[in-house]
Amino acid sequence: MTTQIVRRALTALFVLLLAVFILGPLLWLALQAFSQRPSQFPAFWPKSWSLVWWHTVFHDPVLAQAIKASFIFAPVVTLVSAAICLPAAYAFSRFLFPGRRLFLVSIFAVNAFPKFGLYVALAGLFYALNLIPSFTGVVIVQLLGTIVFMTWIPSAAFAAVPRSLEEAARDAGAGPLRVFARITLPLAAPGILVALILSFLASFDEAQGTFLVGVPTYVTMPTEMYNLVGSYPPGTAAVFSILLAIPSMVLLLLVRKHVMGGYLAEGFQLR
Amino acid sequence: MAGISMNGLSKVYPGGVVAVDRLDLQVEDGEFFALLGPSGCGKTTLLRTIAGLEQSSAGSLSIGGRVVTDLPPGDRNVAMVFQDYALFPHMTVADNIAYPLRIQKVGRTERRGSAEETANGLSLAGLLERRPAELSGGQQQRVALARAIVSRPSVFLFDEPLSNLDARLRLEARTFLKRLQKELGVTTVFVTHDQAEALALADRMAIMEHGRIRQIGSPREVFARPANTFVANFIGSTPMNLLDATVADGSLHLACGTIPVPADVRSLVHEGDTLVVGIRPEYLTMTPGEHDDGLRGTVSVVENLGTYALVTLENEAQTFGVVTGEADEPALGARCSAVPQPGRVLLYGAEDGELITAERTEQQEPAEAAS
Repeated sequence: MTTQIVRRALTALFVLLLAVFILGPLLWLALQAFSQRPSQFPAFWPKSWSLVWWHTVFHDPVLAQAIKASFIFAPVVTLVSAAICLPAAYAFSRFLFPGRRLFLVSIFAVNAFPKFGLYVALAGLFYALNLIPSFTGVVIVQLLGTIVFMTWIPSAAFAAVPRSLEEAARDAGAGPLRVFARITLPLAAPGILVALILSFLASFDEAQGTFLVGVPTYVTMPTEMYNLVGSYPPGTAAVFSILLAIPSMVLLLLVRKHVMGGYLAEGFQLR
Repeated sequence: MAGISMNGLSKVYPGGVVAVDRLDLQVEDGEFFALLGPSGCGKTTLLRTIAGLEQSSAGSLSIGGRVVTDLPPGDRNVAMVFQDYALFPHMTVADNIAYPLRIQKVGRTERRGSAEETANGLSLAGLLERRPAELSGGQQQRVALARAIVSRPSVFLFDEPLSNLDARLRLEARTFLKRLQKELGVTTVFVTHDQAEALALADRMAIMEHGRIRQIGSPREVFARPANTFVANFIGSTPMNLLDATVADGSLHLACGTIPVPADVRSLVHEGDTLVVGIRPEYLTMTPGEHDDGLRGTVSVVENLGTYALVTLENEAQTFGVVTGEADEPALGARCSAVPQPGRVLLYGAEDGELITAERTEQQEPAEAAS
């Protein structure tokens, strides 16, 4: 009985700490976004409310352009990544070919090192290829961060489809394309959806590579943040942060069942 | 109308593993045929090759007189029931059952009607709108059967469909399956590693080892006269006694006793031959005390199996089993004798393990051709 109470108390304390350290800064940001003047620590509650920063953000052509760029790049990168990685993911799950493990591990290993070094080397290469600044260059740079999600998670999802289901469909007379479209793909869909969303967010939040390759022609919201913190009032940065956080929250809420359902964990247990 | 005929059929996997080795086999129209063997013997590969899920490496296969060796699975007019049932989790029971018809472009209403009719016949009425995950194991198995039946195939292929059911349900499903197959009269190939299941279900059966057939016959033939010691070991719920013996003075001398050479093979054995005597525990009659005309030993284990008991008798050099009635269980340590019932003693070559027999039955020829 007492152990149960202690356990509950500890859980409550943990949740409280999480709330303070994760929700706290977000809440402070939200308040700042609607505050006429930035509140100074330790003052928390704004003295007067205002929508002026929202007005500034949406009416500043540079900032509006950044929002637009972000919402163009993220879907494009996600689709290109899916087109390249999903066939690879299927191959990883269904065929044992030489170098399979090497490919899988190296895709993962790219994420084990700080990306900035990679980006600097890439920027040198892109200069030589005349890809700086260019739309293609930015897409390629953002693609790098999505590959690991788009290969590992769908691979696991494809591998989780029992072969006997595909065989049963073939036995019933379905051709290979039909088996894939009607049996394999629908059953792997939740995993693919999780991969699409994580890739979208990875692309949406990418700043370093885009900054090196895209500036000054292609500026997305995260790259604009660098600029914003230095040369705009703090209220605009708060508004921008909130705008940047909205897609993450909405998308993760949509797929939380699947993320919790283990696709994310499963994706990194591939053999 | 749809027998299955295999000639020199082989399946070699990349890497050189020979799963099916130059097999000649005829399955008659309407026959319930069981493929039995230990795991890795090639029985499942053979079934999958018949289904077209595996491409054969050599030889030919025809179904109902039509060569199907190189046809894709869907063009062979066969329906397979998988060990894990392979029901589509994202479709309802009705859609699962109707799936083969959908591939055949049968109209929606007709499809629905056929699915319902088949489902009713298998006591699945009222479950049509459920998802497979909402069904019990037995119901899932019947949905898998319904999906196989609905397209009216000329051959059923069953890959251990009873092995995922619990013991009691498995017996019910076995009886049900045998009745269903007789009603439909569809040629059936059934893969199993359970010898009791094969004996119970099959009209004829083949016992496989290392991609080859070691014996083909009716369950009665295979049980009563296993063609070699491999089959003798594999068939029967209590293992057959296989005891080394020498021929001397017209009798078989074993370490545990002396018995006469069976009359039908007397001309085939010679003085001084070393042989293996095969006798089922069920075909030994036990009497207390030591007798000259039986196999003698001391009772070391008594296993109660309900209506009978399996008694293990030990001698200094040999151990053998005897089945006794439930009332005749001997005491541990008692000295007993067991006398073979007439006509039940089988002799096997000590070298090749093949049955020594005067008759050359038709069923044994393919096995010999293969070896």
